[in-house]
Amino acid sequence: MSAPNSEYDPVEVTPLRADEVERARDAALSAIAAAATLEELKQVRIDHVGDRSPLALANREIGALPPQARKETGQRVGQARGAINQALAARTDELEAVEEEGALVTETVDVTLPWDVAPIGARHPLTTIQEHVGDIFVAMGWEVAEGPEVEAEWLNFDALNLGPDHPARTMQDTFWVSPEKAAMVLRTHTSPVQARTMLTRTPPIYVVCPGRVFRTDELDATHSPVFHQVEGLAVDEGLSMAHLKGTLDHLAQAIYGGDMTTRFRPSYFPFTEPSAEMDLLCYVCHNEPDAVAECRTCRGEGWVEWGGCGVVNPRVLIACGIDPERYSGFAFGIGLDRTITSRYDIADLRDLFDGDIRFTEPFGVEL
Amino acid sequence: MRVPVEWLRELVTLPDGVTTEQLAARLTSFDLKLEEVIGGGEVVGPLVVGRVLSLAKEDQKNGRTINWCRVDVGADHNDADGGRGIVCGAHNFVEGDLVVVSLPGAVLPGGFAIAARKTYGHVSDGMICSGAELGIGGDASGIIVLPPGDAEVGDDAIELLGLGSEVLDLEVNPDRAYALSLRGVARDTALAYGLDFTDPADIEVTGKGDGYPIRVDDSDACPVFAARAVTGFDPTRPTPRWMAQRVEQAGMRSISLAVDVTNYVMLEIGHPIHGYDRTKLRGPIVVRRANEGEELTTLDGVVRSLSTGDTVITDDRGPIGLAGVMGGEETELSASTTDVLIEAAHWKAPMIARTARLHKLPSEASKRYERGVDPELPARATQRVAELLVEHGGGVIEDGLTVVGTAPEHAPVVAPIELPSLVSGVEIDAPSVVEALEGNGCEVALDHGTLTVTPPSWRFDINDPYDLAEEVLRVVGYDKVPSVLPSAPAGRGLTTTQQLRRRVGLVLAGDGLVEVKTFPFAGPADWQRLGLPADDPRRHQVMLENSLSAEEPGLTTTLLTGLLKALVLNVGRGHHDVRIVETGRVFEPRAGDPEAPIYGVDRRPTAEEFAALEAALPAQPQHVGLVMTGDAERPGWGTAGRPVTWADAIAIVQHVAEVLHVGLVVEQAQRAPWHPGRCAAFVLGGVTIGHAGELHPRVLKAYGLPPRVVAAEFDLDALIAAAPEVGPRPDFSAYPVAKEDLALVVDERLPAATVRAALLGASDLIESVRLFDVYVGEQVPDGKKSLAYALRLRAPDRTLTDADIKAARDAAVAATAAIGASLRT
Ligand SMILES: [Zn+2]
Repeated sequence: MSAPNSEYDPVEVTPLRADEVERARDAALSAIAAAATLEELKQVRIDHVGDRSPLALANREIGALPPQARKETGQRVGQARGAINQALAARTDELEAVEEEGALVTETVDVTLPWDVAPIGARHPLTTIQEHVGDIFVAMGWEVAEGPEVEAEWLNFDALNLGPDHPARTMQDTFWVSPEKAAMVLRTHTSPVQARTMLTRTPPIYVVCPGRVFRTDELDATHSPVFHQVEGLAVDEGLSMAHLKGTLDHLAQAIYGGDMTTRFRPSYFPFTEPSAEMDLLCYVCHNEPDAVAECRTCRGEGWVEWGGCGVVNPRVLIACGIDPERYSGFAFGIGLDRTITSRYDIADLRDLFDGDIRFTEPFGVEL
Repeated sequence: MRVPVEWLRELVTLPDGVTTEQLAARLTSFDLKLEEVIGGGEVVGPLVVGRVLSLAKEDQKNGRTINWCRVDVGADHNDADGGRGIVCGAHNFVEGDLVVVSLPGAVLPGGFAIAARKTYGHVSDGMICSGAELGIGGDASGIIVLPPGDAEVGDDAIELLGLGSEVLDLEVNPDRAYALSLRGVARDTALAYGLDFTDPADIEVTGKGDGYPIRVDDSDACPVFAARAVTGFDPTRPTPRWMAQRVEQAGMRSISLAVDVTNYVMLEIGHPIHGYDRTKLRGPIVVRRANEGEELTTLDGVVRSLSTGDTVITDDRGPIGLAGVMGGEETELSASTTDVLIEAAHWKAPMIARTARLHKLPSEASKRYERGVDPELPARATQRVAELLVEHGGGVIEDGLTVVGTAPEHAPVVAPIELPSLVSGVEIDAPSVVEALEGNGCEVALDHGTLTVTPPSWRFDINDPYDLAEEVLRVVGYDKVPSVLPSAPAGRGLTTTQQLRRRVGLVLAGDGLVEVKTFPFAGPADWQRLGLPADDPRRHQVMLENSLSAEEPGLTTTLLTGLLKALVLNVGRGHHDVRIVETGRVFEPRAGDPEAPIYGVDRRPTAEEFAALEAALPAQPQHVGLVMTGDAERPGWGTAGRPVTWADAIAIVQHVAEVLHVGLVVEQAQRAPWHPGRCAAFVLGGVTIGHAGELHPRVLKAYGLPPRVVAAEFDLDALIAAAPEVGPRPDFSAYPVAKEDLALVVDERLPAATVRAALLGASDLIESVRLFDVYVGEQVPDGKKSLAYALRLRAPDRTLTDADIKAARDAAVAATAAIGASLRT
């Protein structure tokens, strides 16, 4: 870079002449406009903005100008370079956009190609329904109780007012553990869990007991030696059959929706007095006059059998150490297998237990 | 209990227009639940009584002989020649017999329409019917021949045979023993409709003085024993049609007049009756406990070996009847019996229940006795039977009536008048309570708000105050119970165990496993297939007295029994990729075959007693089991896929443990049914809680499964018990990471887990260790393998210097050298 020279005639420095600067700028701008690719634009940048470009070279001469000329010339060159840089940036954006668009088009895939290489798991509906019912009761402040499946005879029967000679005991089709004097059974209901709860806690008691139970029924389309129940037990001061009905109505509504209800028919269970069979309003036809006659779910009854229930027999309270003068309770039991088969219109109960993955898969992880 | 509606309506005059359906619904709401309505309108007429006027036997080309008959079917139905021509293939009738004829237009059960048709060269203008054709049973090869005088020609046979009558099949709960009789059902029907009824047990007993000599030594079992004799009875006389019909409609067989009468009276008033051929009795009747080893051949021809738990009826020869259950063969009523001794005894329910159970001999009598029979009835029952026998079979009722003992009395039940309201939640006023109880036959006294209720002799279920509530509510109506949601106190939600179990279930589903529910039954055949050694403790099962299958005599000790059966089913149904899992209990017997105690029910067992009961029960831990076959990753357009391997099974168990924050140690193991070289044990605090890996090829062959099936099973209870209440604190450094790779040559049998542990322990700076390659081959010596690890180094408090990194690497090399590793060069 030469030092300022007072002898130097700016008019004679050709590159800094206004027309030259203008020409260089226009040449650059048209080259920029003409660049069709980022690659071409890169060359344009080298040619017109790079260190060896006319305007870069011209810019170097400015310092040599006399001070009075420097400002005007500097402005002229600076404006030209500014215009070029702006145009470059704009053209870069344009070309980048075009190229990206092109790239995206070529990268387009068929998103309908299946990516089904990973196996998908599922939970059995008998598991999820037990959890679902548990949640409904937990939301009301109840707790979920559990117990063993091989149970003491005393807890499965005697404590529940089913003495050794009780006719209902022979009706239970019980699996007995060998030898018979071991006095153990496969529990025929989840009621011994209720007894266990009463034996180990003091009222107020509000528990539900979901679980697997056993009867000596041969497996066929409508019977199974292994099935599932959820039972509920409440023991508190002042409980009556009305509270039982309220609880069951709430459960029906929580599972099946707003307008559901239950009805009671008298029945007999040794552990409750009074006892009732409980029917659920048919969740398909809702016993509507124009739908009920055709309804397959309830076979035109308008109601479906749902389970048994009643007021806890004071004899059971006594065996479990609860004062029947002070406390009363209610209990209910609902068959879950039938709840599943009837709700999902499953004709053969064996489908629940033979383990074909196509039975469980549609359920996913929630009912 | 099968109740012929016509019989019921005879005892209760129902309001006009009450249909059978309405009656059944009302009884159902009264705790007599309708199972079904049997019969009624299956046969559509004309079905009439006819007399065979003439009968010509004609041989046919097909070898059969038919009867070409003229039958008089009454003026309304006869043709111009005063009869009808009918072809009949049966041969059990002769000219002059009364028969049942279905005429053209009739429809028989099964929709069989009768029309005049050409057959065997005649036009048969109707059909002579057999019992089978009318749906009332009997031999199909013979037609019905009515006894002379039973009917007139032209009578409507539908009515005569009771074909139009309906029978209610009612489910009678064990507490309503009285409803195993028309008497009881009629009483409840009357109560339900607010009507009076005719009590068929309202019988005047005429006997006086002593009859047949009877002694009751076992009065605990037999509080009342009554006996009455009828002599000169004609055993050839038939049972009147109406009686046979009622007996059969009620589900029993009509056998002979004498037997039918005893059954009829049992159905009518609910008291079982036994009849003896008096001429076969030897000496006085004595009721006593059986001697051990005494024998009795019962009516069904079976020789029963008796024990001191049985009560028997004896004469001089020994036992002649098993009390309340079944009579003996030697003294039974026969076709030649002319002298009948009628026994009506009141047996105590528990004794009958035990005997019927012990001898596996449930009978119509035992069914009633074990639920409870009205003890006021014995003398009346004998009277009724005697009268019916004489009325239909002739002979005389002897004057002598033996009655030993008296009916036990019912203790009154005392309860506050409000109790039914409190229990049911329905407001019931005092007069309604009293009326309802009286309607049930109770004697009721109300004094200053206290009810004193004496139940009637036929009720055995009214012993407690709450029992009164049920009887009152039944009358008031269960549909009156209001719906009131109780408010439970604040609960504690699900227990930690319950929450974790759910979490494990979701993790397993997330790992691509499909949950199944199998049965927990297993047996030696399963142990054989699984290849369990002879001394394997898993062969020691909890056995069942009454298993459903001889192949599966007890409860399983491993979930793999059920899972492998389910896998076989899935593979058999053409599924290639199957990953199934089950969470359930296995059953491990306690040593010493403990017996679970049986306590009284008058108080709560003590804590020690309850603990003793718990200790006798088998251990029943919840396990998770899983089996997998096929591809872990299916081949697709972007991947070659990958078959499931032993490592997947191990990884799933480890995944579950990680989610629960439990550190499981994996060790090489050998355990059936796994491949001896491809089985991992999971160790928790020194205790093995599960196994995973590939199954033994022999096991897969035994099950007929494809090769390389993998499986895992672990004790979920143990894993959850080890889960910390709070997970680990997040602890990490923000300083930069340094990465070092290390290839180590080690003995082929050195577990990778050992190398990993050595690396992790070598320096505090080693943040993580990841094995990224395992190599066995030419480039390493025989018997060696190369393990390539990526180490990540980081300090909690500074950026690592080159010297730090070198020091850490050197430490790692040194630590692995100590277990025999050398750097691969
Ligand atoms: Zn419906």
